[in-house]
Amino acid sequence: MYKPMSLVPSGEPGATVITTRVDDVLNWGRANSLWYMLFGLACCAIEMMQTGGPRADLDRFGAVPRPTPRQSDLMLVAGTLTYKMAIRTKLLYEQMTEPKFVIAMGSCATCGGLFSPGYSVLKGVDKIIPVDVYLPGCPPRPEALTEALIHVQRQIKRSRPLRQKHEDTKIIT
Amino acid sequence: MERLADYIVYNLPFLQQIPRVIVDLIIMLFFATCMLLFWVALFAGITSWVERRVAGRIQSRIGPNRVGPQGFLQWIADGLKCFLKEDFVPAAADKKLFLLAPYIVFAGMFAVFVVVPFGDGLIISNLNIGIFYVLAISSLVVVGILMSGWSSNNKWSLLGGMRSAAQIVSYEIPVSLAILPVILLTGSLGMQDIIRAQGPYPWQWFAFHNPFTFIAFFIFFIGALAEGNRTPFDIPEAESELVAGYNTEYSGMRFVFFFFAEWANLYIIAALTVTLFLGGWNTPAHLYTNLFGLLHRSVDVAGTFVFILKSLFLVFVIIWIRWTLPRLRVDQMMDVCWKYFVPFSFANIVGTIIWMVLADAAPVLGYVRYILFVVGLMVPLAIAMKITRNFRLAKSEIHLNPFI
Repeated sequence: MYKPMSLVPSGEPGATVITTRVDDVLNWGRANSLWYMLFGLACCAIEMMQTGGPRADLDRFGAVPRPTPRQSDLMLVAGTLTYKMAIRTKLLYEQMTEPKFVIAMGSCATCGGLFSPGYSVLKGVDKIIPVDVYLPGCPPRPEALTEALIHVQRQIKRSRPLRQKHEDTKIIT
Repeated sequence: MERLADYIVYNLPFLQQIPRVIVDLIIMLFFATCMLLFWVALFAGITSWVERRVAGRIQSRIGPNRVGPQGFLQWIADGLKCFLKEDFVPAAADKKLFLLAPYIVFAGMFAVFVVVPFGDGLIISNLNIGIFYVLAISSLVVVGILMSGWSSNNKWSLLGGMRSAAQIVSYEIPVSLAILPVILLTGSLGMQDIIRAQGPYPWQWFAFHNPFTFIAFFIFFIGALAEGNRTPFDIPEAESELVAGYNTEYSGMRFVFFFFAEWANLYIIAALTVTLFLGGWNTPAHLYTNLFGLLHRSVDVAGTFVFILKSLFLVFVIIWIRWTLPRLRVDQMMDVCWKYFVPFSFANIVGTIIWMVLADAAPVLGYVRYILFVVGLMVPLAIAMKITRNFRLAKSEIHLNPFI
């Protein structure tokens, strides 16, 4: 099994060399500094705020809210997505700079959830933008959102950004 | 710096073959690079981590603690990520201005370091117009911010840029006027001269010299906060009103340049306050230690230590203020500047002049500084008592260890 960083004994006695890959160093930086966009849609956004607050504290993982899409890496689609808002969400996603990741938070964002019979509700945010992690729950607890963030970090750490072609910058796992 | 160049040229004879101008240029470029890499960059980066940890403690959170020991490497991770981010220029932006603006902001900040002293003899260039140079060159930041706001072609950026320009231009007046009493007392604009005119003990500092400099100290510190766009005056990038102010459209490394300048600016604010009002690198004479006899008697290690310690404490106070106070409204901020600071700082200048004349006639006035020192001591004491009282009322424990 591949280890991101390994200690290899060098020729001299008592000395070891740390080996790693450039990919892993870059991934380490990207995974530990996921700035998420301050963007909430419905009741899940309340849980999202809670996750940024003192109890769950996303800042521990290096994730801080950024108000502008240009500087954010992670979009938390938190809540019911109506058709009217879906256009804006897609615009916001397109305004984010690469590399960007998406967590579909809650049942509504993953599949429409409780409001899916509604005439104005988009049945899942993956109909308009690619989603990296689906997070079930109505709404998910802050612990669950933290877990989702850790999953995104894992996905980033598994990726090989230097080997990717320019077209498929999106990470597929 | 000139002395250092002399020293190097004297000890390395082959340099004497090359024209002196080129040698000076190379030496200065070398030290500017060292300064940028080993002081400004490190300071700005580590301060970003410190600020997030302090903010965490103030908001009863933890703050970054996953990367490296206690999250210490967080700033490297952030830098690495921003370096890899897409470098984005909006289609409708004025491309040349957009690309140039971060560098102008950065240059305006970094050029101030030319006259920021670090100790006795440790200054890049001891200009005889030191503090005037700071006021002049730091105005470049306004140009950069206005440029970034205008060229982004975005209403939030433009509003942020205009607000920032209005704020910095307004607050430059009380800040400059608050520096004048110090210049009157010193009779010089040079940074080292201003420090030499003070003494090692707190009652010899300019902050406690007379009632007028005491007020000028507060005006200068608050005005400098406003010039550095720090809370409670961070309305140019108020998240709840403007998206992110003038840097809304910037991504990746260009955005980092703005924040780099902001965090390095923290040190500049602190170092200038220490230089002008809090005694600079003055230490009692028997503590004078030079660096292993190097550079003969030009580098005072204890003084450098004291100077940086005072500056870092002030940086902590600025961070503390940022995470404690709410943001002012635009009109409130302008009120504070034009209705209170400007008249008071004018009165300070006149007051200082009268004080200097009177102090020549009546030496008794020299004792006022001890009274002011006691008054000044009351402020931190009152804050400490208030904090302990709040802790007692909230029935919570005080964790002095910053690492959880």
